[in-house]
Parts: sequence; C-alpha cells; structure tokens
Amino acid sequence: MIILVPVKRVIDPYVRVRVKNDQIDKTNLNMTMNPFDEIAVEEAIRMKEKNPAVEIILVSVGDGDCQETLRHGLALGADRAIHVATENELLPLAIAKILQVMSEKNNVDLVLMGKQAIDGDHNQTGQMLAALLDWPQGTFASQVDLDKAEVRVTREVDGGLETLALKLPAVLTTDLRLNEPRYAALTHIMKAKNKPLESIPLEALGVEATDKQKILKVELPPVRQGGKMVSSVDELVECLAQAQVLPL
Amino acid sequence: MKILVIAEHDNHTINAATENVITAGLSLGDGVDVLVAGHQCRAVAEKLSILKGVNQVLMADHQVYQHHLPENCAKLIAQQASEYDAVLGAANTFGKNLLPRVAALLDVEQVSDVIEIQSETIYKRPIYAGNIIQTVENKERIKVLTIRTTAFAGQQVEQDPVQILDLDTVIDNTQSRFVGLEQTQSTRPDLTAAKVVVSGGRGFQNSENFTLIEKLADALGAAIGATRAAVDAGFVANDYQIGQTGKIVAPELYIAIGISGAIQHLAGMKDSKYIVAINKDPDAPIFQIADVGIVGDLFEILPALEEALKKQNLIT
Repeated sequence: MIILVPVKRVIDPYVRVRVKNDQIDKTNLNMTMNPFDEIAVEEAIRMKEKNPAVEIILVSVGDGDCQETLRHGLALGADRAIHVATENELLPLAIAKILQVMSEKNNVDLVLMGKQAIDGDHNQTGQMLAALLDWPQGTFASQVDLDKAEVRVTREVDGGLETLALKLPAVLTTDLRLNEPRYAALTHIMKAKNKPLESIPLEALGVEATDKQKILKVELPPVRQGGKMVSSVDELVECLAQAQVLPL
Repeated sequence: MKILVIAEHDNHTINAATENVITAGLSLGDGVDVLVAGHQCRAVAEKLSILKGVNQVLMADHQVYQHHLPENCAKLIAQQASEYDAVLGAANTFGKNLLPRVAALLDVEQVSDVIEIQSETIYKRPIYAGNIIQTVENKERIKVLTIRTTAFAGQQVEQDPVQILDLDTVIDNTQSRFVGLEQTQSTRPDLTAAKVVVSGGRGFQNSENFTLIEKLADALGAAIGATRAAVDAGFVANDYQIGQTGKIVAPELYIAIGISGAIQHLAGMKDSKYIVAINKDPDAPIFQIADVGIVGDLFEILPALEEALKKQNLIT
C-alpha cells in the first residue's frame, strides 16, 4: 500500500505575522511543517507500524527550503520524499493538479493530508484532488480505520461526528483530534539524511497555474479598541447591561 | 450576475447558514437561485421558495442525495453551475467539504471564507486565522465562493412562493457510503454558532475546577470554549479549543476567564462583538483587546458575577 502525504512549509503558528510594503514579511521568521500535515504524517506512520508493507511518500511544492520540511518528515518515519520546485506561490487547484500527477505516477492508494494550511487557510486542496482523481473523500478526519478495500473515516462536522465508508483509493484530510504527532528521535534525524529525496522542477510536470486570481492587497485587520478596566463585579455587570450583549 | 446558492439542510429544515449565504449572494446580483439536493426534501425547497431574494429553487430529490455526499453532489452542482456566473456556499463543514470539489470539476480556483464582497470580482478574506486580511481579485469564468456566515446578515423577510424546478438528474455514488451521524449530546449551543461563549484557560488549574464554568455558561445559554493550553493540560476535550488551530468563533459576547491571551487563541476569537476578560495578571495581553476587563481571582469573581447577574435579573 502506497500512501502519499503532501506537506507544506509555513510560518510557525506561534509567531506573529507582519505586513511590510503590502506583503507578508517572512524575513527571519521561524518556519515549520503545517501542523495539520504533521498529523497526516503521524497517521501514515501509525498505519505503517501496523502494516510494514506500507510505503510513505512525502511531497512538498515550493522553493528549496521545502527540502528541510521534507527531511523533518523523513525523520519522523516517511520512506522517501519528492520536492516539486517552484518559486511561485500556487493556489489550491494548481497544487491539486500537481498532486494528481504525483498520485497517478506513484500508484498511490491513499492520500493523507492536512485539512488546511495555517497560512492561506483555503481548506480546498484535498477536496479538489479527490475531484480530479474521481476518488472519494473523507475530510476533517478525527478517526481513520483502514480495511483491505475500504477505509472508515469519522469526520468532525458542525455539531457532531459523521462516519463514512470510502472505497480505496481515497483522499483523507486530517483534523486536530486525529492524533498527537510524535517528535523525531535524534537517531532518526541522522538516518533521514540518507533517505531518498528527489527534486523535480514544476515545469517537468506539465501543470499550468491559473492567472485568473490575484492578491490585490494584504493588511492587518482593524485594531480592537479595548483596554477598559473595572474594579468590581458590579461595574462589570453594568458594562454588560449597557452593551446589551446579554441574551435576556 | 446569475447566482446559485447551495442550500444546507437535513432534508427537513434549512440550516440558518444558508440564509446568510443568500444575503451574500444578493450583494453580487439582484436575486439568487437556490439548489436543494436531498431526499424527501420538498419541505426544505418550499421554505426556501418564500425567502425574499430567491428567484427559483432547483430541487434534486432522490435517495442518492440523502446524505449529501460530495462524490455525486459535486457532480450534480457542477452540471448546473455551467448556467451560472457564481456558485456560493457557507464556509462551514458542509460548504468546505463540497464547494472545492465543485470548483475542481469546473476547473476554477475557489475563494474561501469571504467576509466582504466589494464588487463582482473583488472580495476580502481572512488568512493566518484572521491575523491578516487579504483582498482578492477573482476573474475566473465561474466564481466559486464560500461565505463566512458571521460576516453577512441572516435573511428573514418572506415573499410569495417562487417556482420549484424539479431536477431529474440522478447521479449514483458507488464510492462512499454513509455509516452514521453521532450528534454531540449537548444542551448547549454549537460553539461556532453560539451567541454567547464562555471560555476558560490555564487559570482554572485543573479539570475539576473547569466545570465551574458550566454554571455560568448554562445561565447565559452559552457554549463553552477553551484555550489550547487548557486542552493540552487535559482540562477539556480537543473540540472545545478556540484558536488558530482550533475553532474560529465570533459571538455577540465572549467571556474569557483565566485566559492570558496568547496570539494563537486571540486569532480564534478576536472578531467577537463584545469581549470580557477576567484574569489575575494585570499585564495579561487579553486585557488589551477586551472591551472590559477585571483583575482578580477567577474563583472569587466567577460566583460573584453569577450572583450579580441573577440579582439584576440578567440571567435565569
């Protein structure tokens, strides 16, 4: 069984992002693997621990720094990695088209990926990939049980948990509750340096990105006017009554 | 522009989010068509047909659409979408699951989480969990958008019923099967839809203390939330988590108790209309964004607040 896990390199979620000259200022910021993708890597590793015949392939699209993120995934337990090299920031459909090529080329049985990247927050790529491949999809997964020809997935939907049975091959996207990712052991970090990591230029895949969508501007949201302090509970209640925000 | 709104429903009732999406659609065109795919869902189509702004309801009523699975529903929507300039759905788990699949079938990029529509082609959307606002120009042939429902008003005005057009397209789905839906057994409202959210952080010290929050929440008819720190410390389950990697909320009233205000938590709640902060540390960052704050021990303030609200008949 071959599992493809796409991973994205993003700004550390604990870092405050800044805007400089109408662009997001990424200089000197700590970068990390998208947290939802880390959960996908972990889930794939757990499947491999149950079934050694599983092969885990990582793929990342972006500039050369993505290779560091891929090495991290290899240290966690993936078998090999593919870097699709481009300097351009691609939108979800273009990424999905790349992943479609990767899935077909590598005879992939299951794609496990984060439900969204914490930078663009699109939450689209997995669903789009499933459409392009004409495979079933299990999004926002909080539990995954793999059978021979079927995967049972419990999905976090608004107000509850939905369980679906999907025929393989399929695309799954991970939610927070699926698992708690491990840390890479030092010995594994050393070993990962010798695992195969291949770099392919985007042009070699024949995928064309749309120019129909453009980012015109990025800005900080309006600053909240806060900071009023009260010294007693009675004053607090008065504020609440005045603001008319209580349900009664 | 010709607009198609995808209705969310459980075959009996419309999910209120659909009405917010209709409002968003009306800022793109003079009226919208609404598509209802489901099974024995005529009651839903009839209710939609009397909402002002709706020109026509398209109804695909067949067993194959009963559980709104994306594998065939996306194909059905994509077929209809060729007649339209824009397809809109809610940016909740229903719309997020379905719309990108439709966009890919139409070979267009989607715009997610739209919070403002400036023109037919220019919209605003939050990225980095709302820490940055992006303005996007979208010149795709068909605009596929998901709408952040908290940013658009719900629609309540009624009209005389418009036409319900039966679609007889039946697209089978052999790839996925619905097994079950376990609805969260809670008398409290859903966190992302609640008007009031009472939220706790590490200040509660342990899970037993955290239950103190329930009394206030129930008196206010509020949902309960928590910080990542509280979840990581095991006070409550993961699905309570509000923040960059948890749920994004924007209620009328947000009461933050024992929460310092880490960036990643603020990202999930700072669009709330009115924020109250209770914390013993006067330098906690949460006070900078709160509409009103009080410094003190939450174990004293919480019961005193309940008492005071009760005395003034502000809660039950």
